[in-house]
Amino acid sequence: MAKYKIVHYINQFFAGIGGEEKADYKPEVREEALGPGTALVDALGEDFELAATIICGDNYFGENLDEATDTIIEMVKKYEPDVFVAGPAFNAGRYGVACGTICKAVEERLGIPVVTAAYEENPGVDMFRKDVIIVKTGDSAATMRKVLPYMVNIIKKMAAGEEILGPEEENYHERGIRVNYFAKERGSERAIQMLVKKMKGEPFETDLPMPKFDRVPPAPAIKDIKHAKIAVVTSGGVVPVGNPDHIESSNATKFGIYSIEDMDEMTPDKFTTIHGGYDRQFVMENPNLVVPLDVLREMEKDGEFGELVNFFCTTTGTGTATGSAAKFGDEIGKILTEKEHVDGVILVST
Amino acid sequence: MVKGIEKYGVPVVHMATVVPISLTIGANRIIPGVGIPYPLGDPTQGEVDSKKIRKRMVRRALKALQTEVDGQTVFEKDNF
Repeated sequence: MAKYKIVHYINQFFAGIGGEEKADYKPEVREEALGPGTALVDALGEDFELAATIICGDNYFGENLDEATDTIIEMVKKYEPDVFVAGPAFNAGRYGVACGTICKAVEERLGIPVVTAAYEENPGVDMFRKDVIIVKTGDSAATMRKVLPYMVNIIKKMAAGEEILGPEEENYHERGIRVNYFAKERGSERAIQMLVKKMKGEPFETDLPMPKFDRVPPAPAIKDIKHAKIAVVTSGGVVPVGNPDHIESSNATKFGIYSIEDMDEMTPDKFTTIHGGYDRQFVMENPNLVVPLDVLREMEKDGEFGELVNFFCTTTGTGTATGSAAKFGDEIGKILTEKEHVDGVILVST
Repeated sequence: MVKGIEKYGVPVVHMATVVPISLTIGANRIIPGVGIPYPLGDPTQGEVDSKKIRKRMVRRALKALQTEVDGQTVFEKDNF
């Protein structure tokens, strides 16, 4: 019997090519299993072969979405795989977005079943959970061993054309798809059971979860820019040299507030970046690339806006829990509105 | 962070390179950055031009803050 073929997509890091300094690596095909692909091949067994690994740098993908997708689609097409696999991306945001984007494109354009895997807070999950099956992982590659059996199971079912069960059974992120089935108990009985559980304070599972509307309506525009007070906030990890508050380079638990009073620009002798998620060389040389103090001061002097708040708020946005980010936002918002009475905020993300 | 601040009623313009992420997290006013390691400017074009790019983008950011939006809006160009 002919073997089932899979093609595997991974980033530059998992391919062993390099870290951030290689994040602009262009798409490349290698006809061998690499990184997590080797474990995948072992676990899939002899009915499967890994025809090719496609490697692409996370920045290259993120900055050239359409072009990278087209290139990779052509690469995949050549091998006519039975299943296309990407990742796992764990909690790597750009990687997760790349995995989701390419999986969706392969499924739509080539009609090949796809699967990827990521941690629930990876932005790629919310972006693509409705489009593709994303197996649940922990927030680091240490959870690879736990994830693998679920991925393997889904890949085998996809290759054989078998039915993939629900997100609970197969351990993937819920896709918001409703499947009809005959329940053992009718609705009224389930409702009473739920009500009793609720009254007892026990956990229960609703038949119809409400969607989460996590949106904030747009704030009204600034009317009078000539008198407007503007603040700068960043997730780009720019801090004073020496990082006095020890903000973490990844998975930050705090933010810092640093003075820019009497400064005309951000100079590399005073400021640097400790962000662990991008190549820092450019920003270390010129921190204005993230906190644009040089041009803001010029515009302030020229009267293009009222005044600049004399400090900036900063943290590291890589691997940082969305819960932490929301908390930082709330605290920063409070300071900027109640103490500084700002009229608008520029928030720069790398 | 964007939403945490904007819920106090002040407009926030998110200058970010990976726009799809910005859209997912719910920013309402978005300006695409130049590159992940240099969102505001392009050091590969030399400091002078890089700064010009930055100034244009910050100016666009101020303009976005003065623009009413009724949903998520990506400001791709200087003229809008």
